[in-house]
Amino acid sequence: MDALIYFILFIFVGYISGTIIEKKHYLDIEVREKKYLNLPAISSKNIEDESRILSANLVSGSVVISLDYFKRFLAGLRNVVGGRIHSYETLLDRSRREAVLRMKENASSMNADMILNIRFQTLGVGQKANKKGNIGCFEVVAYGTAVKLKPGT
Amino acid sequence: MIVTNIDSVPGKRIVEHFGIVQGSTVRARHVGADLAASLKNLVGGELKGYTKLLEDARAESLGRLIQQAQQLGANAIINIRFATAAVAQGAAELMAYGTAVRVEE
Repeated sequence: MDALIYFILFIFVGYISGTIIEKKHYLDIEVREKKYLNLPAISSKNIEDESRILSANLVSGSVVISLDYFKRFLAGLRNVVGGRIHSYETLLDRSRREAVLRMKENASSMNADMILNIRFQTLGVGQKANKKGNIGCFEVVAYGTAVKLKPGT
Repeated sequence: MIVTNIDSVPGKRIVEHFGIVQGSTVRARHVGADLAASLKNLVGGELKGYTKLLEDARAESLGRLIQQAQQLGANAIINIRFATAAVAQGAAELMAYGTAVRVEE
Protein backbone atom coordinates (compact mmCIF):
# COMPACT_ATOMS: atom_id res chain seq x y z
CA MET A 1 0.00 0.00 0.00
CA ASP A 2 2.82 2.35 0.94
CA ALA A 3 4.53 1.70 -2.35
CA LEU A 4 1.39 2.66 -4.24
CA ILE A 5 1.07 5.93 -2.34
CA TYR A 6 4.70 6.82 -3.09
CA PHE A 7 4.20 5.89 -6.72
CA ILE A 8 1.19 8.17 -7.09
CA LEU A 9 3.02 10.95 -5.23
CA PHE A 10 6.05 10.64 -7.54
CA ILE A 11 3.84 10.68 -10.62
CA PHE A 12 2.04 13.77 -9.35
CA VAL A 13 5.23 15.65 -8.42
CA GLY A 14 6.84 14.61 -11.72
CA TYR A 15 3.86 15.78 -13.74
CA ILE A 16 3.59 19.21 -12.10
CA SER A 17 7.30 20.05 -12.03
CA GLY A 18 8.08 18.44 -15.38
CA THR A 19 5.38 20.43 -17.15
CA ILE A 20 6.45 23.70 -15.54
CA ILE A 21 10.12 23.11 -16.32
CA GLU A 22 9.43 22.19 -19.94
CA LYS A 23 7.19 25.21 -20.57
CA LYS A 24 9.72 27.58 -19.02
CA HIS A 25 12.51 26.01 -21.02
CA TYR A 26 10.66 26.40 -24.31
CA LEU A 27 9.88 30.06 -23.59
CA ASP A 28 13.50 30.68 -22.72
CA ILE A 29 14.70 28.90 -25.87
CA GLU A 30 12.41 30.95 -28.11
CA VAL A 31 13.59 34.25 -26.66
CA ARG A 32 17.26 33.31 -27.01
CA GLU A 33 16.82 31.89 -30.52
CA LYS A 34 15.44 35.25 -31.66
CA LYS A 35 18.43 36.99 -30.11
CA TYR A 36 20.88 34.89 -32.11
CA LEU A 37 19.09 35.01 -35.47
CA ASN A 38 21.89 37.16 -36.88
CA LEU A 39 24.46 34.44 -36.17
CA PRO A 40 23.80 31.76 -38.78
CA ALA A 41 24.84 28.22 -37.93
CA ILE A 42 25.09 25.91 -40.92
CA SER A 43 26.00 22.27 -41.33
CA SER A 44 27.99 22.56 -44.53
CA LYS A 45 31.75 22.73 -44.49
CA ASN A 46 32.32 25.58 -46.88
CA ILE A 47 30.83 28.90 -47.74
CA GLU A 48 30.87 30.09 -51.34
CA ASP A 49 33.75 32.49 -50.93
CA GLU A 50 36.46 31.32 -48.55
CA SER A 51 38.50 34.48 -48.95
CA ARG A 52 35.91 36.30 -46.85
CA ILE A 53 36.98 34.38 -43.77
CA LEU A 54 39.34 36.14 -41.42
CA SER A 55 39.85 33.52 -38.71
CA ALA A 56 38.40 30.24 -37.45
CA ASN A 57 38.05 28.53 -34.11
CA LEU A 58 36.30 25.50 -32.63
CA VAL A 59 33.21 26.16 -30.47
CA SER A 60 30.94 23.75 -28.65
CA GLY A 61 27.93 23.72 -26.39
CA SER A 62 26.51 20.91 -24.32
CA VAL A 63 23.63 20.15 -22.00
CA VAL A 64 22.55 17.20 -19.85
CA ILE A 65 18.80 16.92 -19.47
CA SER A 66 16.63 14.47 -17.60
CA LEU A 67 13.04 13.36 -18.04
CA ASP A 68 10.57 13.55 -15.17
CA TYR A 69 9.01 10.55 -13.48
CA PHE A 70 5.58 10.95 -15.03
CA LYS A 71 6.83 11.12 -18.59
CA ARG A 72 9.16 8.20 -18.06
CA PHE A 73 6.17 6.23 -16.83
CA LEU A 74 4.21 7.20 -19.96
CA ALA A 75 7.13 6.16 -22.14
CA GLY A 76 7.22 2.84 -20.32
CA LEU A 77 3.55 2.31 -21.22
CA ARG A 78 4.34 3.22 -24.82
CA ASN A 79 6.93 0.45 -24.91
CA VAL A 80 4.10 -2.04 -24.60
CA VAL A 81 1.95 -0.86 -27.49
CA GLY A 82 4.53 0.88 -29.66
CA GLY A 83 4.23 4.19 -31.49
CA ARG A 84 5.50 7.71 -31.03
CA ILE A 85 6.85 8.65 -27.64
CA HIS A 86 5.97 12.32 -27.58
CA SER A 87 7.66 13.04 -24.26
CA TYR A 88 11.05 11.85 -25.51
CA GLU A 89 10.61 13.78 -28.74
CA THR A 90 10.14 17.10 -26.97
CA LEU A 91 12.99 16.29 -24.60
CA LEU A 92 15.41 15.64 -27.46
CA ASP A 93 14.15 18.66 -29.36
CA ARG A 94 14.73 21.11 -26.55
CA SER A 95 18.06 19.66 -25.53
CA ARG A 96 19.39 19.93 -29.11
CA ARG A 97 18.16 23.50 -29.38
CA GLU A 98 19.68 24.33 -26.01
CA ALA A 99 23.04 22.86 -27.08
CA VAL A 100 23.01 24.91 -30.28
CA LEU A 101 22.16 28.04 -28.30
CA ARG A 102 25.03 27.48 -25.91
CA MET A 103 27.36 26.98 -28.84
CA LYS A 104 26.11 30.23 -30.34
CA GLU A 105 26.64 32.01 -27.02
CA ASN A 106 30.24 30.79 -26.99
CA ALA A 107 30.69 31.89 -30.58
CA SER A 108 29.24 35.34 -30.03
CA SER A 109 31.47 35.86 -26.99
CA MET A 110 34.41 35.59 -29.40
CA ASN A 111 32.64 37.93 -31.88
CA ALA A 112 32.15 35.30 -34.57
CA ASP A 113 29.93 36.00 -37.57
CA MET A 114 29.02 32.46 -38.58
CA ILE A 115 29.34 28.85 -37.50
CA LEU A 116 30.25 26.18 -40.06
CA ASN A 117 30.02 22.38 -40.07
CA ILE A 118 27.81 21.77 -37.07
CA ARG A 119 27.83 18.26 -35.67
CA PHE A 120 25.66 16.75 -32.98
CA GLN A 121 26.45 13.99 -30.60
CA THR A 122 24.33 12.27 -27.99
CA LEU A 123 25.57 10.31 -25.01
CA GLY A 124 23.50 8.47 -22.41
CA VAL A 125 24.68 9.24 -18.88
CA GLY A 126 23.49 8.47 -15.38
CA GLN A 127 22.54 5.44 -13.40
CA LYS A 128 19.99 4.04 -15.76
CA ALA A 129 21.74 4.75 -19.03
CA ASN A 130 23.47 1.41 -19.35
CA LYS A 131 20.50 -0.73 -18.44
CA LYS A 132 18.48 -2.19 -21.21
CA GLY A 133 15.47 -0.25 -22.45
CA ASN A 134 16.07 2.63 -20.10
CA ILE A 135 17.15 6.20 -20.66
CA GLY A 136 18.16 7.93 -17.44
CA CYS A 137 19.27 11.20 -18.85
CA PHE A 138 21.48 12.14 -21.73
CA GLU A 139 23.96 14.66 -22.94
CA VAL A 140 23.72 16.48 -26.24
CA VAL A 141 26.81 18.19 -27.64
CA ALA A 142 26.84 20.52 -30.60
CA TYR A 143 30.15 21.64 -32.04
CA GLY A 144 31.30 23.56 -35.06
CA THR A 145 33.80 26.03 -36.41
CA ALA A 146 33.11 29.67 -35.59
CA VAL A 147 34.47 32.01 -38.22
CA LYS A 148 34.99 35.74 -38.33
CA LEU A 149 34.31 37.38 -41.67
CA LYS A 150 36.23 40.31 -43.10
CA PRO A 151 34.39 43.53 -42.39
CA GLY A 152 32.37 44.91 -45.28
CA THR A 153 31.86 41.62 -47.12
CA MET B 1 47.15 26.75 -32.18
CA ILE B 2 44.26 27.03 -34.63
CA VAL B 3 41.59 24.39 -34.10
CA THR B 4 38.79 23.80 -36.62
CA ASN B 5 36.42 21.04 -37.60
CA ILE B 6 36.40 21.88 -41.30
CA ASP B 7 38.83 20.57 -43.91
CA SER B 8 41.07 23.60 -44.00
CA VAL B 9 42.29 26.58 -42.10
CA PRO B 10 40.48 29.37 -43.94
CA GLY B 11 42.78 31.92 -45.48
CA LYS B 12 45.93 29.92 -44.85
CA ARG B 13 47.72 27.37 -46.98
CA ILE B 14 48.60 24.02 -45.45
CA VAL B 15 52.31 23.32 -45.93
CA GLU B 16 52.79 20.08 -43.98
CA HIS B 17 50.67 17.17 -42.73
CA PHE B 18 51.52 15.30 -39.54
CA GLY B 19 48.73 12.73 -39.63
CA ILE B 20 46.15 11.93 -37.01
CA VAL B 21 46.42 13.10 -33.41
CA GLN B 22 44.14 12.18 -30.55
CA GLY B 23 43.44 13.00 -26.95
CA SER B 24 41.14 11.21 -24.57
CA THR B 25 40.05 11.05 -20.96
CA VAL B 26 37.93 8.60 -18.97
CA ARG B 27 35.67 10.12 -16.35
CA ALA B 28 33.44 8.59 -13.73
CA ARG B 29 30.54 10.43 -12.15
CA HIS B 30 30.78 11.23 -8.48
CA VAL B 31 28.33 10.64 -5.68
CA GLY B 32 27.28 14.26 -5.23
CA ALA B 33 26.33 14.70 -8.85
CA ASP B 34 24.56 11.38 -8.74
CA LEU B 35 22.36 12.33 -5.79
CA ALA B 36 21.26 15.44 -7.63
CA ALA B 37 20.71 13.32 -10.72
CA SER B 38 18.39 10.88 -8.99
CA LEU B 39 16.35 13.79 -7.68
CA LYS B 40 16.22 15.31 -11.17
CA ASN B 41 15.09 11.97 -12.54
CA LEU B 42 11.95 12.61 -10.52
CA VAL B 43 11.24 16.23 -11.44
CA GLY B 44 12.99 16.53 -14.81
CA GLY B 45 15.19 19.35 -16.02
CA GLU B 46 18.83 20.09 -16.60
CA LEU B 47 21.55 18.32 -14.61
CA LYS B 48 24.05 21.15 -14.18
CA GLY B 49 26.56 18.96 -12.35
CA TYR B 50 26.77 16.51 -15.22
CA THR B 51 26.90 19.27 -17.81
CA LYS B 52 29.88 20.81 -16.03
CA LEU B 53 31.58 17.43 -15.56
CA LEU B 54 31.32 16.50 -19.22
CA GLU B 55 32.31 19.95 -20.41
CA ASP B 56 35.46 19.80 -18.29
CA ALA B 57 36.24 16.32 -19.55
CA ARG B 58 35.81 17.37 -23.15
CA ALA B 59 38.03 20.41 -22.61
CA GLU B 60 40.68 18.12 -21.15
CA SER B 61 40.63 15.71 -24.09
CA LEU B 62 40.92 18.70 -26.42
CA GLY B 63 43.84 19.96 -24.33
CA ARG B 64 45.64 16.62 -24.70
CA LEU B 65 44.98 16.65 -28.43
CA ILE B 66 46.54 20.09 -28.73
CA GLN B 67 49.50 19.00 -26.60
CA GLN B 68 50.16 16.04 -28.87
CA ALA B 69 49.97 18.23 -31.95
CA GLN B 70 52.41 20.70 -30.43
CA GLN B 71 54.91 17.91 -29.77
CA LEU B 72 54.81 17.09 -33.46
CA GLY B 73 55.53 20.69 -34.35
CA ALA B 74 52.09 21.46 -35.77
CA ASN B 75 50.48 24.87 -35.48
CA ALA B 76 46.91 23.89 -36.42
CA ILE B 77 44.53 20.96 -36.11
CA ILE B 78 41.85 20.47 -38.74
CA ASN B 79 38.83 18.22 -39.07
CA ILE B 80 38.33 17.59 -35.36
CA ARG B 81 35.74 15.02 -34.29
CA PHE B 82 34.49 14.09 -30.86
CA ALA B 83 33.67 10.51 -29.95
CA THR B 84 32.32 9.00 -26.77
CA ALA B 85 32.14 5.48 -25.42
CA ALA B 86 30.65 4.05 -22.24
CA VAL B 87 33.50 1.90 -20.95
CA ALA B 88 32.07 0.79 -17.61
CA GLN B 89 29.02 1.32 -15.47
CA GLY B 90 28.98 5.02 -14.71
CA ALA B 91 32.16 5.88 -16.60
CA ALA B 92 32.58 7.30 -20.06
CA GLU B 93 35.50 7.92 -22.35
CA LEU B 94 35.56 11.20 -24.18
CA MET B 95 37.87 11.36 -27.10
CA ALA B 96 38.83 14.00 -29.62
CA TYR B 97 40.77 13.34 -32.78
CA GLY B 98 41.88 15.37 -35.74
CA THR B 99 44.61 15.97 -38.28
CA ALA B 100 47.65 17.95 -37.21
CA VAL B 101 48.99 20.28 -39.87
CA ARG B 102 51.36 23.18 -40.26
CA VAL B 103 50.04 26.24 -42.03
CA GLU B 104 52.05 29.15 -43.31
CA GLU B 105 52.04 32.10 -40.95
